[in-house]
Amino acid sequence: MSLTATVDTRRGTLHLRVAVEVADGEVLAVLGPNGAGKSTLVRVLAGLLRPDAGRVVVDGEVWDGDGASVPAHRRRLGMVFQDALLFPHLSVADNVAFGLRTRGTGRAAARAAAEGWLTRVGLDGLGGRRPAELSGGQAQRAALARALVGDPALLLLDEPLSALDARTRLAVRAELRRHLAGFVGSTVLVTHDPVDAMALADRVVVVEEGRVVQAGTPADVSRRPRTDYVARLVGLSLLPGTAKGRLVRLDGGGAVAVAEEAAGPVFAAVRPESVSLYASRPDGSPRNVWPARLVGATPHGATVRCELAGEVPLIADVTAAAFAEMGLTPGAEVWASVKASEVAVYAR
Amino acid sequence: MSRTRETTRVPAPLLLPAALAVAFLVLPLVGLLVRTPWSELGAQLAAPGVGEALRLSLVSATLATGLSLLLGVPLAWVLARSRARGRSVLRALVTVPLVLPPVVGGVALFLVFGRQGIVGSWLDDTFGVTLPFTTAAVVIAETFVAMPFLVISVEGALRAADGRFEDVAATLGAGRWTTFRRVTLPLVAPGIAAGAVLCWARALGEFGATITFAGNFPGTTQTMPLAVYLALQRDPDAAIVLSVVLLAVSLATLLLLRDRWLGRAAA
Amino acid sequence: MRWRSGALLVAGLVLGGCGSAAGDAPPGVAEGGPAGPGDPGMTGTLTVLAAASLTDVFADLEEQLEAANPQLEVRFSFAGSSTLAAQVLQGAPADVLATADEAQMARVADAGQVADPAVFAENPLVLVVPAGNPAGIDLPAGGDGVPGLADLLPADLTLAVCAPEVPCGAAAEEVLAASRTPAAPDTYEDDVRAVLTKVVLGEVDAGLVYRSDVRAAGDDVRAFDFRESSAAVNRYPIGVLEGAGNPVAAQAFVDLVRSAEGQQALADAGFSPPS
Repeated sequence: MSLTATVDTRRGTLHLRVAVEVADGEVLAVLGPNGAGKSTLVRVLAGLLRPDAGRVVVDGEVWDGDGASVPAHRRRLGMVFQDALLFPHLSVADNVAFGLRTRGTGRAAARAAAEGWLTRVGLDGLGGRRPAELSGGQAQRAALARALVGDPALLLLDEPLSALDARTRLAVRAELRRHLAGFVGSTVLVTHDPVDAMALADRVVVVEEGRVVQAGTPADVSRRPRTDYVARLVGLSLLPGTAKGRLVRLDGGGAVAVAEEAAGPVFAAVRPESVSLYASRPDGSPRNVWPARLVGATPHGATVRCELAGEVPLIADVTAAAFAEMGLTPGAEVWASVKASEVAVYAR
Repeated sequence: MSRTRETTRVPAPLLLPAALAVAFLVLPLVGLLVRTPWSELGAQLAAPGVGEALRLSLVSATLATGLSLLLGVPLAWVLARSRARGRSVLRALVTVPLVLPPVVGGVALFLVFGRQGIVGSWLDDTFGVTLPFTTAAVVIAETFVAMPFLVISVEGALRAADGRFEDVAATLGAGRWTTFRRVTLPLVAPGIAAGAVLCWARALGEFGATITFAGNFPGTTQTMPLAVYLALQRDPDAAIVLSVVLLAVSLATLLLLRDRWLGRAAA
Repeated sequence: MRWRSGALLVAGLVLGGCGSAAGDAPPGVAEGGPAGPGDPGMTGTLTVLAAASLTDVFADLEEQLEAANPQLEVRFSFAGSSTLAAQVLQGAPADVLATADEAQMARVADAGQVADPAVFAENPLVLVVPAGNPAGIDLPAGGDGVPGLADLLPADLTLAVCAPEVPCGAAAEEVLAASRTPAAPDTYEDDVRAVLTKVVLGEVDAGLVYRSDVRAAGDDVRAFDFRESSAAVNRYPIGVLEGAGNPVAAQAFVDLVRSAEGQQALADAGFSPPS
């Protein structure tokens, strides 16, 4: 294990208590809502914030713990911030060379290394520019080069893509994926975007209110969310209940028929595209039919994501054409139905 | 630079007060220029002591600005960044020279640096150095009055600067001193430049504390404002000429610096 | 005789101040004597521009005048003589001008703004040293009479005088020249109070100030008269301004300053009577 950290610290009303481990070459995504403590965690790992208690060990070197704390500038790490934060008074090449110069590399060698990294991130020939002359995507690539140029043992990525527009994000994400694949140290990626986590991470931990609420592979977390937050992120309706045979009695009232036998406390998860809406009670009486009220509708490409309130709260994706045909408006009374085979059920 | 220049239109409610402000600030200057006996200009400039006073003014204001930078920038950093208790009290104390009538400031300087002063008497006994009535005293008086302008501007710039750049520097292996030198200082350079200009201008115009603490002796402590004030007692026309000269020199200096120095910071 | 005329004048002012309401006057006031038949009465505001060195004396006289004339409000503006002269020439509304310097009064008179100014006091320069007397200045042993400046001043002392541009500095320049002392000024101050401040603080060994200023400094300084002071005696002229809004009260104030009362107050403050 290359990074082992247990962190216990209070910041205002937040009490962060988490433990993470990241192997060499592994990318761990820390996923969570704003204020969950993701940034606090990454600042502790960077040495920018001293934890009240805990231990941070990288490659067998104790960074925090045993009553000592290695200051940020003595940690072998690279960090990429949300807004790139290239020093505006230095050229792009000098930005990339900065970490080498502070650690004692000579001017010429640092410059050569910086140019090499600029080429690797596709900024060949832009080293002489000022950061203000770069696009957002270029700036973030330069920031990545700046973080990686010193061969860090730990790479910290704090929302590295969230300041970019959707198109640029796609390109930079692909680029980042390539560089992370070639990076031998440990990487911690903080994000609130599940797509980043899915695309870049080997493992995901979900942090809410200072605690790890779920951990696993990206596929596992997205298929079987354990909290409303994750469910909403991955676009699932999460219905906690108690299973008996092929029926789940929901904690919030009502029941859902499922295809597999289960027992005890479970989550029933429903994908939005599995939910069908009807203006009147559908014929043929499928087992999962509930009356509901439309409380919100958001266009989502060719579909409209409908938020439904009722005994069984659901999210439904309907085609824009169907939405228009049914004449749906917020407040409309509808019927929602789901096939039993479309409901995933897993233990709580 | 791909910055597009937009035509920014001033909202009407701002236009009138802004125009009044300009008139208020510029009209006295116009009055001065209108009353200037231009034909006497040459004679006044050649008058004994005028060149000396001008030189002394420029030298002492520049030294005072240098001293203010040396002491004031670190103080501004402490005010902006340290979490020490009593910081607000410290800030209030820093602004004391701003509210103190400069003449009173001069007397206060006597009580510290004068022959009988706390520090001054020690200097006198130990090194045989007395400060009052020397050019050093002019620099001290000007620094006392002008440094708060620098400290306040630089503190504001430090507060406005994005502290995350310092975090970035730390993650790139820069210790606190390196960070300060290579990141913080360049980031707030425009604020420091603006503060230094304010400080220099205030030092150049300093009168009360200087005449009180440094006295008035041609060539040693008589700066332009002192010369202007005393000329006013006998020959108001001469005073106006001297004022215009002081004004012209300071404006020329500031414009020159703006091109060389502020221009670079804005690039 | 001088005293009597002054007393009568004050009495006249007292009764005049009562105006038509004379019947309601408190008994103490009525002792002053009969009111003059054509007395116009002293009401309104009287504005006096006066040299800063007159601050204390004129404040005393103001009390007398206002006590005698409850309906009269006296306002002072104290400043340097050249500032006052400039203010009058720029049209400042005022009734009386009293300067510490005949030249400044002459500027105003030349402009036709004041008629017949009269000298009401003189103020010679004296040498003051701090209470601690760091230069050890003292009367020469065995000498009698008033010493010369050269006898008092060692060559290497720190000396403060007024700048030659202001009246006290012009006077200092003259007495220093007349005394042929080797001592030279180290600073030329903008006014006499600034000289005195530096002496009081002990930052200079000695200074040349007007005798009237010494009283104000009390025990903080020691003063020496010297022979050459007669070479440059400062004369204080006073006059009613042409544009006076209250010429009656203005004349009354000028008369009061020149009366025995006024002269006594001036003498108490260290001024000499006009020669």
